[in-house]
This record gives sequence, structure tokens and C-alpha cells, in this order.
Amino acid sequence: MATTTMSDFRVDPVSGFKIHRTANTLVKANAFAAVVFLLVGGLFGLGVALTRMPGVQLLKPEMFYMFLTAHGIIALMVWIIFFEIAVLYFLGAHVLNSRLATPRWAWLQFWLMIIGAAMTAVAILQGGSSVMMTSYPPLTAAPHFYLGLILFAVGALIGCFVFLGTLVIAKEEKTYGEGSLPLVVFGGVTACIIAIFTIASGALILIPTFLWSLGLISHIDPMMYRIVWWAFGHSSQQINVVTHISIWYLIAALVFGAKPMSEKVSRGAFLLYILFLQFGSVHHLLSDPGLSSAWKIFNTSYMIYLAVLASLIHGLTVPGSIEVAQRKKGMDTGMFTWIRKAPWGNPVFSGMFLSLIGFGFIGGITGVVMSVEQINMIIHNTMYLPGHFHGTVVAGTTMAFMAVTYWLIPVVFQRKIALAGVAKLQPYIFSLGSFVFSIALMGAGTMGVQRRSADMFFAGQPLAYEYPEIAKGMMSIGEIFGVVMAVGAVMFIVVVLASIFAGERIPEGSAPWPKVEDADVVAEKSGKKHIGIGGFEAPGTFVFAMILFVTIVLYYFINFKYLSTIWTLS
Amino acid sequence: MSESTSSSTKPHVMQRILEDNSLLLFLAVVIPTVFYMLWGIMEVLSIPLAK
Amino acid sequence: MGTSYTPPTNPDWWREPIERTELLWIVLAFAWCVFMFGWMIGWHWIGNQNMNNEAYKTTPEAYSKKVADMQAQYAVRKDEATGEDVVAPPPGSDVYLAGMQWQWRPILELQKGKSYRIHLSSLDVVHGFSLQPENINFQAYPGYEQVFTATPNKSGTFAIACGEYCGGGDAFGHHTMLGRIYVKE
Repeated sequence: MATTTMSDFRVDPVSGFKIHRTANTLVKANAFAAVVFLLVGGLFGLGVALTRMPGVQLLKPEMFYMFLTAHGIIALMVWIIFFEIAVLYFLGAHVLNSRLATPRWAWLQFWLMIIGAAMTAVAILQGGSSVMMTSYPPLTAAPHFYLGLILFAVGALIGCFVFLGTLVIAKEEKTYGEGSLPLVVFGGVTACIIAIFTIASGALILIPTFLWSLGLISHIDPMMYRIVWWAFGHSSQQINVVTHISIWYLIAALVFGAKPMSEKVSRGAFLLYILFLQFGSVHHLLSDPGLSSAWKIFNTSYMIYLAVLASLIHGLTVPGSIEVAQRKKGMDTGMFTWIRKAPWGNPVFSGMFLSLIGFGFIGGITGVVMSVEQINMIIHNTMYLPGHFHGTVVAGTTMAFMAVTYWLIPVVFQRKIALAGVAKLQPYIFSLGSFVFSIALMGAGTMGVQRRSADMFFAGQPLAYEYPEIAKGMMSIGEIFGVVMAVGAVMFIVVVLASIFAGERIPEGSAPWPKVEDADVVAEKSGKKHIGIGGFEAPGTFVFAMILFVTIVLYYFINFKYLSTIWTLS
Repeated sequence: MSESTSSSTKPHVMQRILEDNSLLLFLAVVIPTVFYMLWGIMEVLSIPLAK
Repeated sequence: MGTSYTPPTNPDWWREPIERTELLWIVLAFAWCVFMFGWMIGWHWIGNQNMNNEAYKTTPEAYSKKVADMQAQYAVRKDEATGEDVVAPPPGSDVYLAGMQWQWRPILELQKGKSYRIHLSSLDVVHGFSLQPENINFQAYPGYEQVFTATPNKSGTFAIACGEYCGGGDAFGHHTMLGRIYVKE
């Protein structure tokens, strides 16, 4: 029905994407909002870090709990979901050379999310809603705390359907040629589908809770609340995982001319996510009473760990695709030449690879181990939790989002990256901060330090308890690197704002960097037939994967050994 | 390298499943709703009263 | 042609054979996944630390009464730190611990090597039960009573901290919430 003219589109000369101008504006709006909320959420996080740092303890408890609630919601929900909507519109429209379906609904999505986020932020800052991101009843927040989250969720849901509608249009208008959706867009479909389950669950629980806060419903059962809330709370983390994996594949292709090692394997892995990833919501209820071990074990394993298998698969196929591309382009000597000669000075690549390592080794391994039904007892609600999830959401997802932003700014905002020296360094600083922060906090957690606590010293309490000295040391180190992480985030935000507002403009039709050749094309031209060693096309990646494998196995049994020394429980 | 396929060969059934976004959405919503949410809620509802 | 952001080069991509690196990795990873699943189930038989699924619906009033009854029956002395009762229930008996804003009570005295049926519940909001330094952590709900059998295998003084944010202000709150268990030889 809508007719488009040539001037509605422009062509990006490097990627070849036909970019629809209205779609582009929406990508820009959502991405910009995301970065602003990252700054706000990050500043609240800095307040938290400086309070949990022994010897500093910046904020008094009441203020700390308010900051912690704000940090949780703004960083984990608002920054990330705004960015994910921008990514979905980019994948659905730009990558498919299509216009965006129903831009009016997309703008509704944007404004609902802005208003919702602002409303909840105001409720938190007014002081009566320090209930943490999880807002468990019987703790009560102000009604507009819940209403803001509901509006935000409705907006995000609309965005999901705008994306799916865009795919329908793109297929009908044949904007991307024949055949299946590109892999990264299929990843977007996976993320979007999971998001729909996630948000529907959120609405299912937050709407009654909102009504309860108004006094219209008399009671919210706290166990029911947690079961349903975590269908929203943990599944939203799965949206993050799927999105950042799609971004990894995208960056591998954009920077190296890489292609998926096997469409079947990568898409099959996404299918395992679609079917089983949401079971992970149970991870937060493993230490809960009255729920059977059968239900816990079935769900916590994501169905015989099939969704974990999917993550392990992507963990090999993403770097594997880079190795194959590098080998095809001539870097075929030895085990690791391909990675040594990778463009470590390019923040798009370095951020992506650091994200892969951080998510795999720090976030992923600890996630699998701590979600074992029995091991959960020795980590539940300790500092191990924030340590783990900064390994996944910050070292993993946020770093990947930052990396792709360095590529998106020239393409979407048509500006060169300003302060390139800062940009080059940023992924390293941010990753260093988040890696050590995560590991140190997990260390403190294994020694019992409790989470969401304003004062780990139990100052002045008659029944005083003191954590081991090492635990205090770990908190000190961890929070210092938390500050480093904040510095890394500020570096990113400064580069983004400087580039968007003052970066050198890129005239339409001109390329900000040279085109990256397809690895297959290069191999064909040079006549290279075989790559790799002994019939393995990606032996270096296989070695890395085996290092990960051995680490998981060792860590798994170390934890069971530790578990076997505590009081016997049955 | 790959088996030659005539233009009349349909895509593999798995490929057709993976190309069917509506089916995938249905599975992604129904499966966790049943195995995680409904099963879990049923268990909470069957917690007996304390003596 | 053919990257992750264009349609697959081979339109019949499902029928493409899988390359050796990926195939070997999938087999190894899948084997480990099956192992982990089996181990987690098997630990219920071979391991000594498992969660019990025994639980009941209750109310703060009904539960408080059980706590008070136990306290009245088995209080043995006053605690040096707070002057409150220290309660020493006999081995094998039902022991009732209550979480509330902002403490875990009563203070208990148990014996090493003996088993107790420990009950947990909250009298107001959701709390965490965290035995330190063992680092045993459970969730405690108002309206729900959880039961598990615990056998202390060390003697000493143990604290109960709270890991689930439960409100509070500058002077008292989640961060000041403590309880205590003494374990004698």
C-alpha cells in the first residue's frame, strides 16, 4: 500500500544495505535513548560501587537502596531494551533493505518506553519505591513505579511486533532476494520471540501488582509472584544473550567477510534457544520451598542442558567463522596466526571478541554451575550473583552492544568516530573493569558476603558477624574495578556523544572505511582450496573451545567438592 | 560438497520449521508456559496446609 | 555473497554436511550436557547435601506460636550478647526459625553430628536464610513453611544473615539482619 521512492532510501556503500530514512530515524532515536539511560544507570551503579567498597561506604543505607533499585532498573532494563529495539529495527529494516512497518506504531513504542522509564525513575527517586528491580511483594512501591514498568513493557512489545511486521513486508516486497532470512536476522527473530514471552509474563504479574499497590486487589501471593516475575526477569536476560550472539555473527561478517561455518548448526542452536531457553527462569527459585526437585531439575537444565549446548555451539561457531575467514584470506599458518593478526586496534572487533571471552568464561561457566540445583544453595543471594550477571550482561552483552555501536555510528548517523584513540582503548578498559569486578565479587560471594546489603560489616550489631578478611579484600578489589568499569562506560558515552554531535560528517554515498572482501571471494581468487590443519577448518578455535571445556569441567567438580563439606542437608 | 538437489526438491522439514516464524513464536510461548509456569504454579497450589 | 547478513548462499542449507571441527565439538559438548543432567539427578542419591521439598502453607500468627512454644519448652540460658533466650531443642526434633524485619530468631544451640528438622518461615516480607560461614542459603516466605533436615558437621558459632532485600532505613534494615546458632561438640 505504501509506495516508496528512491529518495526514501540511501545506500550504505560498505555494507550495501539500502537504508530507509524513516527506519533510520527510529534506529537513531532508540539507540540515542539507550546511551542516555546507560549514562544515568551507570552513574547510579557508581554510587552503589562506592558504597559497597569497604573503606569508602559512600551512601547511607536508605540512599543506597534507592540507588541500587535505580541502577538495576535503568541499567538492566532500560538501557538494554532500548538498544535491543534499535538492533531489531536495524536487523529488520536496514539489513533486509526494507522500510519499517507502521512507523507510527514504532514512534508509539518509543514514547511509551520513554514515558514509562521516566515514570518509574521518578517513583524511585521520590524515595518510596526502593524495592529493587525485582519488587517482591509484600514489599510495596508507589503505584507509578509499577505503572511506568507496564508502559515500558507495552512499548517494547509494540516494538517486537513492528519488527515482525517489517519481516513480513520485506518478504512480500522481496527486498532481500530469495531464500531464508539472513542468519543475524533470524537471531533477531529468536530474540523477538523470546521477548514476546518475556513481556507477556511481565504484564501478567505487574498489572495485578499495580492494582494491589492501589488497594484494588487485597493480596499477592509472594511465591506466585516470583514464579511469574522471573519468567519476565530471567527471560529478559535471554533476549540479551540472543541479541549479542547475533551481533557477534554480524561483526564477524562485517570486519572479516566471514560467513557462518554452517547455517544448519547456527540456526539449529537458535532453535534450541527458542524451545528451551526460557526454562532458565527457574534459576531464581532453586532455593525456594515447596517446589519439587523434578520441576527444578527439568527447568534448570534447560531440558537436559540443550540450551546450554546451543550456547556452547555459538561459542565455537562465532570465532570459528572468523578463523575460517582469516585462513581463507591467507593467514593459514600455525594454530593462532589468524587471531594474532586480527585487528585488535579496531574497537568493533576488540569489543566483540572481549565480549565473547567475558560472556563465555566468566558469565557462562558460572551461570551453568550456579544453576545446578544443589550448588545453588551455596551461592543463592550472595555477591556471587551480581558477580555472575555482570559477567554476562556487562562483560558480555553491554560490551557487544558498545562494539557494534562503533560500526553503527558511521552507518546510521553518518558521522566518523570522534576521539578514535579513546575508542580504541575503551573496550580494553571496560572489559578489564568488568572482568575483575565479576570475578572478585564472585569470590566474595563464595565466602558468604550477602547481596543487596548496604553494609557488609553489620556495624554495631549485638549478634555481630565478620566475614573472612579475604572476603573484604575481594570486595575492595572488586569495587575498585567497578570504578574502572564505570570509567570504561564513560569513555564509550563520551565517544558516542562526540561522534554523533561533532564527528566528521560522511557524505552520502561515500564510505567511512574500505569495503571488506568476502573471504570466499578472496579464496577463490587466490585458488586456495584447503585450509586448516588435518581436515579441521578451525583448529585454533577448537583449542580455545577445549580450554573452555576443561575449565567448565574443573569448576563444576570443584564446586561439588566444596558443597560436600558443608552441613549435611536433606 | 553438497548433494545436488533438483529444483523440485522441497527444503528439508527442519528448514521449513526454522523458516516458519509463527510456528516458532507459538512454540516459544507455549512450551515455557506449560513446563515452567503452569507446572510451577500447580506445585505451589498443592502445598499442603501446616498441621 | 553469503555472509551472516545475507540469505544463505545454499538455498538447501539444512542438507549441507557439517564440518569436522563443529561436529566433534557438538558431540563433546552434548556428552557433557547429558553428564551434567545425570549428575544433578544422581547427587540426590550419592550426595549429602540436597534440598528437601517438604513445605506447608501457614500464617505468621500460626508460625509464631510454634516458635514461641519451642522457645518456652527448650530455652536453656540467656545469650551473653543480647540477653535473649538461647533455645536448645533435642536432636531429632522440630526446630522453628523465624525471619522478620530485621532479625532471625530464636538464637539456637545445637549439637554436632546430630540431626534436626529445621523449619523456616517469615513473619512479614520475603527474607533470605543464610547460614554463615557455611554459606547455606534458602528463601523464606511469609505464609509458607519450609522443612529440611540438617546435621551440623562442625562445632562453633554460626551466624544467620539475610540475602533477600527486606527493606529498612539507615539505622536498621536488611543490612543489619542477623541471627545466631551455637553448635556444641
